Amino acid sequence: MVNKILEIHNLHISFTTFGGEVQAVRGVNLDLYEGETLAVVGESGCGKSVTASSIMGLIPTPPGHIKEGSIRFKGEDMTKLSDRKMRGIRGVDISMIFQDPMTALNPTLTVGDQLTEGLRQHRKVTKKEADAQAVDMLNLVGIPNPDERMKQYPYQFSGGMRQRIVIAMALICEPELLIADEPTTALDVTIQAQILQLFDKIQKETGVSIILITHDLGVVAKVADRIAVMYAGKVVETGTRREIFYEPQHPYTKGLLHSVPRLDQKGEKLIPIDGTPPDLFSPPGGCPFTARCPAAMEVCSRVYPYSTVRSETHEVDCWLQDERAKKHAATIQS
Amino acid sequence: MVTYIVKRFVYMIVTVFIIATLTFFLMNLIPGSPFNEERTTNAVVQQNLEEHYHLHEPLAVQYVLYLKSIITLDFGPSIKQPTETVNALLGRGFPISAELGIWTVLIALISGVALGVFAALKHNHVIDYMAMTIAVLGISIPNFVLATMLIQQLAVQLEWLPAATWSSPAHMVLPVLALATGPMAIIARLTRSSMLETLTQDYIKTARAKGLSPYKIIVKHALKNALMPVVTIMGTLLAGILTGTFVIEKIFAIPGMGKYFVEGINQRDYPVIMGTTVFYSAFLVFMLFLVDIAYGFLDPRIKLHKEGGSS
Repeated sequence: MVNKILEIHNLHISFTTFGGEVQAVRGVNLDLYEGETLAVVGESGCGKSVTASSIMGLIPTPPGHIKEGSIRFKGEDMTKLSDRKMRGIRGVDISMIFQDPMTALNPTLTVGDQLTEGLRQHRKVTKKEADAQAVDMLNLVGIPNPDERMKQYPYQFSGGMRQRIVIAMALICEPELLIADEPTTALDVTIQAQILQLFDKIQKETGVSIILITHDLGVVAKVADRIAVMYAGKVVETGTRREIFYEPQHPYTKGLLHSVPRLDQKGEKLIPIDGTPPDLFSPPGGCPFTARCPAAMEVCSRVYPYSTVRSETHEVDCWLQDERAKKHAATIQS
Repeated sequence: MVTYIVKRFVYMIVTVFIIATLTFFLMNLIPGSPFNEERTTNAVVQQNLEEHYHLHEPLAVQYVLYLKSIITLDFGPSIKQPTETVNALLGRGFPISAELGIWTVLIALISGVALGVFAALKHNHVIDYMAMTIAVLGISIPNFVLATMLIQQLAVQLEWLPAATWSSPAHMVLPVLALATGPMAIIARLTRSSMLETLTQDYIKTARAKGLSPYKIIVKHALKNALMPVVTIMGTLLAGILTGTFVIEKIFAIPGMGKYFVEGINQRDYPVIMGTTVFYSAFLVFMLFLVDIAYGFLDPRIKLHKEGGSS
């Protein structure tokens, strides 16, 4: 088995607001292996982005803070590192790509300057070497005339081009882990496909591990090796792409898949998941999906289900997996 | 760029011309004349004097003569101090006023921006509240009130600093302080709110994700963007500082241009009024032009010239 590059264990993150404490992440467990792409999917507000930001140590504190748990990157617990040490990891070992390329670049600095500044901060390189490396990166992400483009400002690029620059910027220090927070959401569909291909190409060439945060299952189906489904601050199901798409176990995962149109689906209506995710000011006891779950049982609202291991890669938190519930499950599914 | 500058230059000349014309007619609307004094003068002498300064001519003729003096940049001798030309007065007063103005602008800008940035970084902490209290006080207290208070406390009571005139660096402290506090407060408030907004931008998050040092993030990424509104208001502030110098120079008995300007008006010394007004307006218009140019350097998206092509 390949090595684990990142291990998140029992992570709890809360935000203190005037209205009270928002428990954005409530006990997340996630592992990432070297060279793989892990997709984290879920509705808005389920804690995907907060989990990702916490890996980078970019949770704004206050109001946010990590209450419990550990994030181990290559064995070292990042929640305990000093600011200075964290800066040495950010952008060097772990890089992040944000959702909106239109706002992720500083409008008043040249693209070349923004590309090279990370490199010049972390590595001892001359301006010339840094520039040469930046030009290489622009070539890798497919920007024509990189020499000329280096001197231009972000407003002179289209959205897709800017996202390529953001990706080049994230990769310039050759990180081992790349976190992409909805990297294609703000782009139109043709550009989305190009950017996803680019991720594929980059992973093949550099061997970087990728955490892809998205709510777009189409994107997931294209690029993910493994998938983690998050709901209300918890990971409710993890599995390989095949396991999640063909043998989904959690009712929420099934609901997500049913609400996406498929090519082989003829004349059937899409089935949305009714209702909204629970309020994380006061998360319900038991399974947070109970209120929206078509197969909810009495136990669901009382006790959070234990984790059922279905295969080496497939785990799910649901009472339906329990022997005692098998009969009930059968009646629901027919 | 060149066409832009030429165009702006033409506008500048038109602006100064309009100001000069308005000043001329307003000046002639003020009752009285330079020779209208309490002691009666011999009628013949009076007439001779008026003839000497062309004051007996119709207004239109005077206006033409006045325009000629502007174009040739020779405003002739002062009426009240016939041994001095207006040009000499300006030449003597301007360096002093400029010194006062430059120090004021520098101090207001540097301390205002610093105060604003600190307040923004310590948002809702004691430092923020203190800085903003200072700023509100600075905006609320008129500079002439502050000036007299400073003189009363620091010069008269404590005798730390000289109360008036302009002869050593110590003499500059109080007038510059009195004049700079208002603009500094405005700049501080503006920088703070603009900085707070900039710090929430995505590109700041990107910069942090790159592992840059806090100093680099604040100075290179945030401040440059946050200063845009400050540059915008600089034009207005410069005008305010300029008119502020009239009052401050009067209070501190500083022999700058403002003193001649105010005295010129009080004494109906027409050449002095005309000379100082035209000079002040030309100067201000030029400063506003510089502010506009500064924009282009701060924000590459603002193009000073029209060029077809990529956008």
